[in-house]
Amino acid sequence: MAMPIVKSEWWPVRSGEDIVRVRQIVRRWAVELGFGLVDQTKIVTAASEIARNTVDYGGGGEVLVESLSENARRGLRLVFEDKGPGIQNIDEALKDGFTTSRGLGLGLGGARRLATEFSVESRPGEGTRVSLTRWK
Amino acid sequence: MRGTSSRLPEIIAKHEQDLLDQWIKEQTSSATRRPDLLSEADLREQSRALLNGIRNAIQRGRLDDITGSEWQTVRDVLNEVSRAQAQMGFSPSEMATFVFSLKQPLFARLRAEIRETDPLVDEMWAASTLLDKLGLHTTEVYQKSREEVILRQQQDMLELSTPVVELWDGVLALPLIGTLDSARTQVVMENLLEKIVQTGAGIAIVDITGVPTVDTLVAQHLLKTVAAARLMGADCIISGIRPQIAQTIVHLGVDLGSVITKASLADAFVVALQRTGATINKGH
Amino acid sequence: MERIPILKMGEFLLVTIQVDMHDRLALTLQDDLTEMIVKNRAHGVLIDISALEVVDSFIGRMLGNIASVSRVLDAATVVVGMQPAVAITLVELGLSLPGVRTALNVEKGMELLRVSLAAPNGHADRQK
Repeated sequence: MAMPIVKSEWWPVRSGEDIVRVRQIVRRWAVELGFGLVDQTKIVTAASEIARNTVDYGGGGEVLVESLSENARRGLRLVFEDKGPGIQNIDEALKDGFTTSRGLGLGLGGARRLATEFSVESRPGEGTRVSLTRWK
Repeated sequence: MRGTSSRLPEIIAKHEQDLLDQWIKEQTSSATRRPDLLSEADLREQSRALLNGIRNAIQRGRLDDITGSEWQTVRDVLNEVSRAQAQMGFSPSEMATFVFSLKQPLFARLRAEIRETDPLVDEMWAASTLLDKLGLHTTEVYQKSREEVILRQQQDMLELSTPVVELWDGVLALPLIGTLDSARTQVVMENLLEKIVQTGAGIAIVDITGVPTVDTLVAQHLLKTVAAARLMGADCIISGIRPQIAQTIVHLGVDLGSVITKASLADAFVVALQRTGATINKGH
Repeated sequence: MERIPILKMGEFLLVTIQVDMHDRLALTLQDDLTEMIVKNRAHGVLIDISALEVVDSFIGRMLGNIASVSRVLDAATVVVGMQPAVAITLVELGLSLPGVRTALNVEKGMELLRVSLAAPNGHADRQK
């Protein structure tokens, strides 16, 4: 199924400053697509979570930001990629073992809940790719 | 082609009634005719007004530019028709037929009146372009009107769905009525949270007496709203849970956790007042 | 280096976060606050996040940390002004901010702090 990509850009995700910038970029794109405030906040927060993972656990990487248009609906897709150590056990990582006091919360499960479409590809030693999409 | 050098005004004037009849016949026999939305009398009147307007405009103005002041009357007719049809629910094709169906009769008349090929082609081309422009104009007006209709409907829906009432200083009530679907519930809940911020209310009572059924999704939305309100610094009380809904909630395994529930809005109000430190004194 | 200003208001401290914080700034804030609580013998900390349009798990953890550290130093923390969209997103994210009290605005936050200080063991019943 073809998913027409209207616009796409790559951005680096290697530092704390990059995480802040990714948030701003995703916010701007979401506003452009006409997302309501709650939808904007959800996708920006999800982006922040994955961006942080990419920096903290993935050794830094990049994100591909794409605006999509399929029939009448519009969407925003983010694909984060890194060449880091990869995730040992994706199922485990997606579980809600997510607390505020432990640093291990990978934020994957939370980010998944905030997105309409979500996928994780990772193998130990082969890096990680997380794709999340939010449709309007 | 300037209006003065074209034979269109003269031809239209000479055969106006005939053209009108032909055009109306085209419209009424078209597959896009909507007798349920537009009476034949109205259709005749609109067509007459437009044809008359076109004739006058061509005589006085340019054929290739419909934005001039000579075309104001024509634009007015088209605007009125487009807006009305947009609001009545005509489809874009049904609405566009109005202008485009004039082509056939007009071309037939031109062919009958002009024998020489070159002038005929010129006139037909000019007429066709003109009608295309007018047709496009109606489409744009139609689009804008549709958007206005949709916006207004959304506003209405929002207002109907979000009757947040300030029962007391710092106490809000949201009586939900009717079946709740996921989308509506989300909108309503977001609105409640906004009102909490706006009024600075510390307590919100969500009353579901008027809600016949609650499914898992709706129950989850309700609980998420309560959690969100707590995060913001306000409390929610859910009131009006009917026996059937209580059973559904248990059956679905929904965990109400520490959410306060009360049987009636009145009970919830008493609790809310107590929380705000007010006391109720019965009159003497 | 930029820092987030901390205001002294009586026996309370007020922090107004108005920028999209990057990690270093957030950690610096934590350190600064801890120092100021001790230096001023403050008994309450108000964190105003009404200008924050995004609160992710990192910021959430920071708020939780501040509350925990403050409690050890005998100060209560109240986070005020969370935007509805942020609250909805945090709930979806699964972040509950345990140990963090919240209020709708600075005024109510101060009220909450005063009440909690007046209570014998310093814990109001609005703890999450």
